[in-house]
Amino acid sequence: MKRNFVCIECPRGCELTAETTQNGVNVTGNFCPRGERYTEAEMTCPRRIVTSTVRLTDGRMLSVKTDGEVKKEDIFVVMQKIKKLHPTPPVCIGNILEEHISENINLIATGNA
Amino acid sequence: MKKQLVIIGGGPAGLAAAVAAYDAGVRDMVVIEREEKAGGILKQCIHNGFGLTRFKESMTGPEYAQRFLDEVNARGIEIMTNTFVTGLGTDKKVTCMNESGVFTLEAGAVILAMGCRERSKGALNIAGTRPAGLFSAGTAQKYVNIYGYLPGKRVVILGSGDIGLIMARRMTLEGAKVECVCEIMEHSSGLRRNIAQCLDDFCIPLYLEHTIVEIKGKERVESVVIAQVDKEKQPIPGTEREIPCDTVLFSVGLIPENELTKETGLALDPHTKGCFVDENRETDVSGIFACGNVLHVHDLVDFVSEEAEVAGRAAAEYLINGDSEHVYIPTVAGENVGYVLPQRAGKGKDIKLYFRVRSAFRNAVIRVEAGEMVKTYKRIAVAPGEMENITIKAADFADAQSIRVSVTREA
Repeated sequence: MKRNFVCIECPRGCELTAETTQNGVNVTGNFCPRGERYTEAEMTCPRRIVTSTVRLTDGRMLSVKTDGEVKKEDIFVVMQKIKKLHPTPPVCIGNILEEHISENINLIATGNA
Repeated sequence: MKKQLVIIGGGPAGLAAAVAAYDAGVRDMVVIEREEKAGGILKQCIHNGFGLTRFKESMTGPEYAQRFLDEVNARGIEIMTNTFVTGLGTDKKVTCMNESGVFTLEAGAVILAMGCRERSKGALNIAGTRPAGLFSAGTAQKYVNIYGYLPGKRVVILGSGDIGLIMARRMTLEGAKVECVCEIMEHSSGLRRNIAQCLDDFCIPLYLEHTIVEIKGKERVESVVIAQVDKEKQPIPGTEREIPCDTVLFSVGLIPENELTKETGLALDPHTKGCFVDENRETDVSGIFACGNVLHVHDLVDFVSEEAEVAGRAAAEYLINGDSEHVYIPTVAGENVGYVLPQRAGKGKDIKLYFRVRSAFRNAVIRVEAGEMVKTYKRIAVAPGEMENITIKAADFADAQSIRVSVTREA
């Protein structure tokens, strides 16, 4: 069985073809090894970094991201948790705002406030 | 007041140019920024994917901007925020305005780094009333990411530029329903990866060769009518479909913000909508440089930083050693090429040419001709939304009258 993917690992956006054979999955169209890893993940358990914002206690918005890739099916669960967070400044880039927001992945600040 | 170097704009281009100029020996400089904080549009681009080329890691916009801000601050470079430049003369006098009033900076050199703005054309040609709920994609992005307001709950997006695609995902994550993205062209102008991760991931349909023909609603948008278009981009009768929605986002392209430059009297390239520059990013007026999106719209900030550093170093060279003599030859956009930048190449130095193809195709061959020299480079796929670059050795165009870049399909 053949499946097509567009690699999202970098702006190049390689168009990948994954073919399931008796010897496993054969990936073609990738420019670098990340394409192979990406395809493998897409076929078993697709994951994404989630980026969003939280409202600080002083009313300003602060940009945030997960420090690892979240299971695609958990993205909206993570979003619900993010919406309930209201950190108090000062906050620095890289500060953990919520530990284990999904599995062992943390939510961290991507801006200073 | 005199300043050796004045940089207009504190976005990614201005910040990178400032750092490069400082490191090349310039100390007396100022970055003029109209907003409260430097960082430019990156401040509202909270998604990741920045910096892969430059830093080999995937950063969000604010993180990428902060890297450069930290570098600027570490060098003690002055950033004048909440300050607007109202005039620039060919004598390099920069008129500024802020809370303290109007003042003039007499600059030794100027770097233009004003970035770009969103094209509004998409909204103008659509029939119907002008209810609330019509936004450019970037404005919606500012509402959501900077102010924390969701501009609508049921959204149709016109144009598949990257900001539109990013906003489709962003509004979906925030709980809005994005009905579809309509693109009048037969291909998207956004990056392929953004179609995958912003639309496909959330099952948002992309209708190619479709446009909005009517916007309905009096106080607020109530629906839009979309239709398929023919080869002349005209709506095909009978293909109309009404889609209920309360919000329409326009992502129909970016144009360099050159209002100031026009007033100065600098000529603009009709293809890039930016200044004509040489390999140092020096404009027609010696001592005035341009870089980043004000020069030509980039798709990756990594290349903006790179270009800004070229301009920053060149401005320092100009200030320290004076104007150098150049022999220039023009660069020419050949078959299937929209533009080549820089527009002229100084002999005696290697040159990195940036260019965009006119249409998307696979198995492309890039052909660079300079006098006797002909070189070809293969690409698996090219698209107008993805800027290409090729470096040519100085020796390869030493005797040439021009450098022509063309792109053809592999035979």
